[in-house]
Amino acid sequence: MPVLVGGTVTGPSEFRVDPDVDLRVPADRRELTAHPAAVLGVIAAGGVLGALARAGLQATFPHPPTGFPWATFGINVAGCLLIGALMAVLTARPAGPLVRPFLGVGVLGGFTTFSTYAVDAQRAVAAGSPGTALAYLAATLAGALLAVWAGDAVASRLLARAKVGAAR
Amino acid sequence: MTVLLIALGAAVGAPLRYLTDRAVQARHASAFPWGTLTVNVAGSLVLGVVTALPTSPAVTALLGTGFCGALTTWSTLSYETLRLHRGGRRGHAVANVLVSIAAGLTAATLGYVLARAVTG
Repeated sequence: MPVLVGGTVTGPSEFRVDPDVDLRVPADRRELTAHPAAVLGVIAAGGVLGALARAGLQATFPHPPTGFPWATFGINVAGCLLIGALMAVLTARPAGPLVRPFLGVGVLGGFTTFSTYAVDAQRAVAAGSPGTALAYLAATLAGALLAVWAGDAVASRLLARAKVGAAR
Repeated sequence: MTVLLIALGAAVGAPLRYLTDRAVQARHASAFPWGTLTVNVAGSLVLGVVTALPTSPAVTALLGTGFCGALTTWSTLSYETLRLHRGGRRGHAVANVLVSIAAGLTAATLGYVLARAVTG
């Protein structure tokens, strides 16, 4: 069992774009060669947890082909809120090297889904409900972007407040 | 049984997204997130095929809910878009969501139509 030493998500000089893996971030570049089995293992485990949560919600709130896929809409918006908050926390307070792979790549990546989004929209069009498809496409896009911004903004503000509180 | 099949599909899909993203980035030193676009479009194509075929619930759980669901992602897409916007790459940010949605829909439709044409 290798000892997982230190590891930061991103330093102040690097500007991350991709939360799954960004090869411009040195820690991301190194992580797979440093602990290949651990990194891929926690991504798989997180992906399973996220996918099962998604499947559970979709089974609880099913929708007809012409209906609005509320479950998947809610899943994707919630996942975007959480990735915004998670990455803000990890940027401010670097954690262990497996935290981003497990929570970000695995759990949230496995929880949210793009393929179901695309196929449900396509099926709504094929079922004769182009209006529903268009509303779903636009609502998810707007909801996802608003959510990731809100997750980042709220988490960043709370972290800044905690820092000020700790300094007093 | 369904739970196990979803878990198995996701255990392959999520690491494959990570590995594909790495492989694409290693070949294209671009600020545009081609890696995520690749998995999202590929996953939409496969799910389009799975939806069109008269498959069993087991195959849908394994390949659809598990594999394609975990391979593709909205959380990564939205965070990338936020970061591209923050980094001053507004054009990239807009293109990232619009190209993803257009290409994803095209891939899903293509997969569906091709699978229907092959199976009759």
